[in-house]
Amino acid sequence: MTNTVQNGDSVFRSYLEDGDRKGILAWILSTDHKRIGILYLACMIFLFLAAVTIGVLMRVEQLSMSAPVFSPRVYNAFFTVHGVIMIFMFVIPGLPAVFGNFFLPILIGARDVAFPRLNLMSWYFFVFGSVLAVSSLFTGNGAPDTGWTFYAPYSIRTGTNVTLAVFAAFVLGFSSILTGLNFLTTIHRLRAPGMSWTRMPLFAWSLYGTGWVQVLATPIISITLLLVIAERFFGIGVFDPAKGGDPLLYQHLFWIYSHPAVYIMILPAMGAITEIIPTFAHRTIFGYKAIAYSSIAIASVGSLVWGHHMFTSGMGEVANTMFSLLTFLVAIPSAIKVFNWTSTLYKGSIELKPPMLFALSFIFLFSIGGLTGLIQGALNVNTHLHDTYWIVGHFHYVMFGGTVMGFFAALLYWFPKMFGRMYSEKIAFLSWVPIFIGFNMLYFTMLVLGYMGMPRRYYAHLPQYHTPHVIASVGSFILAVGLVLFLANFVIALFKGKRAGQDPWGGKTLEWTIPTPPPRENFSEIPVITHGPYVYNPEVMP
Amino acid sequence: MSFEPGAVHKDLEGAKLGMWLFLFTEMVLFGGLFLLYSAYRAKYTADFHRSGQELNAVIGVANTIILLTSSLTVAVSVTALQRGNKKLSLICLGMTIVFGVAFLANKYIEWSAEIRHGMFPNSPELLNHPDGVKMFFGLYYSMTGLHGIHVVAGIILLSFMFDFVRRNKITTSDYIKLENAGLYWHLVDIIWIFLLPLFYLAA
Amino acid sequence: MDRSDAHGHIMAYSTLIRVWLLLLLFTAILVFVSKTFHEALAVWAMLILTPLKAGLVFFYFMHLKFEKTFLKAMVIVTLGVLIVFIGLIFSDLSFR
Repeated sequence: MTNTVQNGDSVFRSYLEDGDRKGILAWILSTDHKRIGILYLACMIFLFLAAVTIGVLMRVEQLSMSAPVFSPRVYNAFFTVHGVIMIFMFVIPGLPAVFGNFFLPILIGARDVAFPRLNLMSWYFFVFGSVLAVSSLFTGNGAPDTGWTFYAPYSIRTGTNVTLAVFAAFVLGFSSILTGLNFLTTIHRLRAPGMSWTRMPLFAWSLYGTGWVQVLATPIISITLLLVIAERFFGIGVFDPAKGGDPLLYQHLFWIYSHPAVYIMILPAMGAITEIIPTFAHRTIFGYKAIAYSSIAIASVGSLVWGHHMFTSGMGEVANTMFSLLTFLVAIPSAIKVFNWTSTLYKGSIELKPPMLFALSFIFLFSIGGLTGLIQGALNVNTHLHDTYWIVGHFHYVMFGGTVMGFFAALLYWFPKMFGRMYSEKIAFLSWVPIFIGFNMLYFTMLVLGYMGMPRRYYAHLPQYHTPHVIASVGSFILAVGLVLFLANFVIALFKGKRAGQDPWGGKTLEWTIPTPPPRENFSEIPVITHGPYVYNPEVMP
Repeated sequence: MSFEPGAVHKDLEGAKLGMWLFLFTEMVLFGGLFLLYSAYRAKYTADFHRSGQELNAVIGVANTIILLTSSLTVAVSVTALQRGNKKLSLICLGMTIVFGVAFLANKYIEWSAEIRHGMFPNSPELLNHPDGVKMFFGLYYSMTGLHGIHVVAGIILLSFMFDFVRRNKITTSDYIKLENAGLYWHLVDIIWIFLLPLFYLAA
Repeated sequence: MDRSDAHGHIMAYSTLIRVWLLLLLFTAILVFVSKTFHEALAVWAMLILTPLKAGLVFFYFMHLKFEKTFLKAMVIVTLGVLIVFIGLIFSDLSFR
């Protein structure tokens, strides 16, 4: 292997141009972090749309007051598969898999992640797990009907294809663990000279906190899922009350991962928002350290609150009280972030471009989600609200209004850099309208429905709930139209969009200092860092 | 720092950090099982105590000695290579693998005996016993079974390392792969260190 | 005697063997106590000796003693996380 640069412009060749390999192989065998990010994006968009379709079908079911459109068993399969796809294949991989992969090395001044081949393997695990999950719909005795939570003892007894679905989730867990491991090592080892921890962009900080949750929490669900399979095949018995097992222990183990999982979902989205807001407020971020450390605080304290999913399951009062208290505490670092974003806007020179509009929407919608979370964290109120549509409304506000809006904002922000094309800002703004209106029609109504007592995971409902259900369903159709418009904008831009420049938004982090689209090796020379990110007032260097 | 195409960056500290992070995931994986064990032990203390006495403590202790010694041999193997003694390194690596296989052989004997006594998950015999005994054996097979799978993985890994050392793909100046494989093996040993008293010493 | 090479510290053979002997000794004590004495003492022996054995393997065989403080801290954090999980679950199990 020669040490000299053979072809001068190979350094500057865009990552989108093929090198030694050509065609599809050049993509699915590539260890380039940027290509891997795109591979994730392509898969995830398809899976997202599939899960959205199932969600819309669920809303169609609730439009009917007379004969059911789908059988109860099919409806059970719908909400199970909608949950499994959305959570394990879209929101958890989410921003880390797409934007973390694409931008983390660039943001810290590196050429790639610490373990590029492991990175590709993570994507292979993701594809394999997704294929398994989708297969569970069509094989065996049909799609699982347990809910995405696979609670024992029903998940042990039901004849539907739980084993395959659960094994799929197990494989997807590997993808998540390896991504986290890779990012943690990357941040520890590959920061450019001069980039101290406190000069890292905050998106990188969020990926760091997320990485620890991925590494330390995911194995718990791995073992839990393996035990469900062992129960179904060998009758091990640890969750089976007929053998002396405690189904509540299943819930504990399940939520010990699945609650921190929501922080895997939200922290990177918050990180992306933290990149976007300074750029379009033309001000440096307010409270850099507060945001950085609150990411770690959220990851830590958030790992201790899982019992709030189990308040009505039969836990003792001591545990109930402790988990309720811890749940209230974890709201604090999240609120700190909201205060910091808002303070960044204050006296900023705000430019309402599409990424900024979606970022502001994130703050609004996530705040509603967070506040409803506090409400249901109160033990007495939870007794009434648990397993109702209130909960469904709450988690869609945080996961959809939070993470997915954050994902959309990141896509709007970084798409020009990733693909070298600009989308239509007009269509982007236009798509926001049905998205925002449809979203709130759908999910705010769910909060009301839950308060009124409508249970979740029911394929039919009593007449007093019908009007809100119709409103919600209409909202879902409007939302779906908005989503299609939003995504179509990018597809058109890929082929017909104007060429984007190096820094269309005026961003100040490292990705805007390299060509658009980025060259294969990111930097011709690894930069030497002399100051922190988001420097908009050079006289006042952080 | 200018660009060198084709240069694969080698970061030994990074490779080690990556391995430790993976080991953390293994610790948490088994941790979940230890968590279940502690919950059921607290609930069925007497049944756990009695069931533990049924297991073959001799094989359990023998396997402990085997694994502890195998940890020694793999650690010596790393030191030997660091000091340029390829022959000693290979001998110790080989011994480690042999110890691993011996462990599995013992495990096979042990499980066969339990299965012959009718004590295996969902067996008619086991279903007759009280719930605590069912939980004990459910956890026994899960935990020693998962551990056994990791022993197999470790043996395969070490066999690859043996080949790499033999063919000089791991050398005195670049032995991080061997070191990392050793780390994995040591963790497998540590898990067994905890399994021994929980199941065999009925303490 | 422990030496260093280009990559860092090398564990001496004598250290490794001494650690191994200690591990065997602790195991012997553990077995002896659990066979001979009543349950409470055996539990104490287990609670003390087992983490000690694990610690020896971590620190010496796995070279943790000579690694960066951050790594040592994260091993403690990982174990701590598990202990906290068990503790919080027992806050449920013990008071139901």
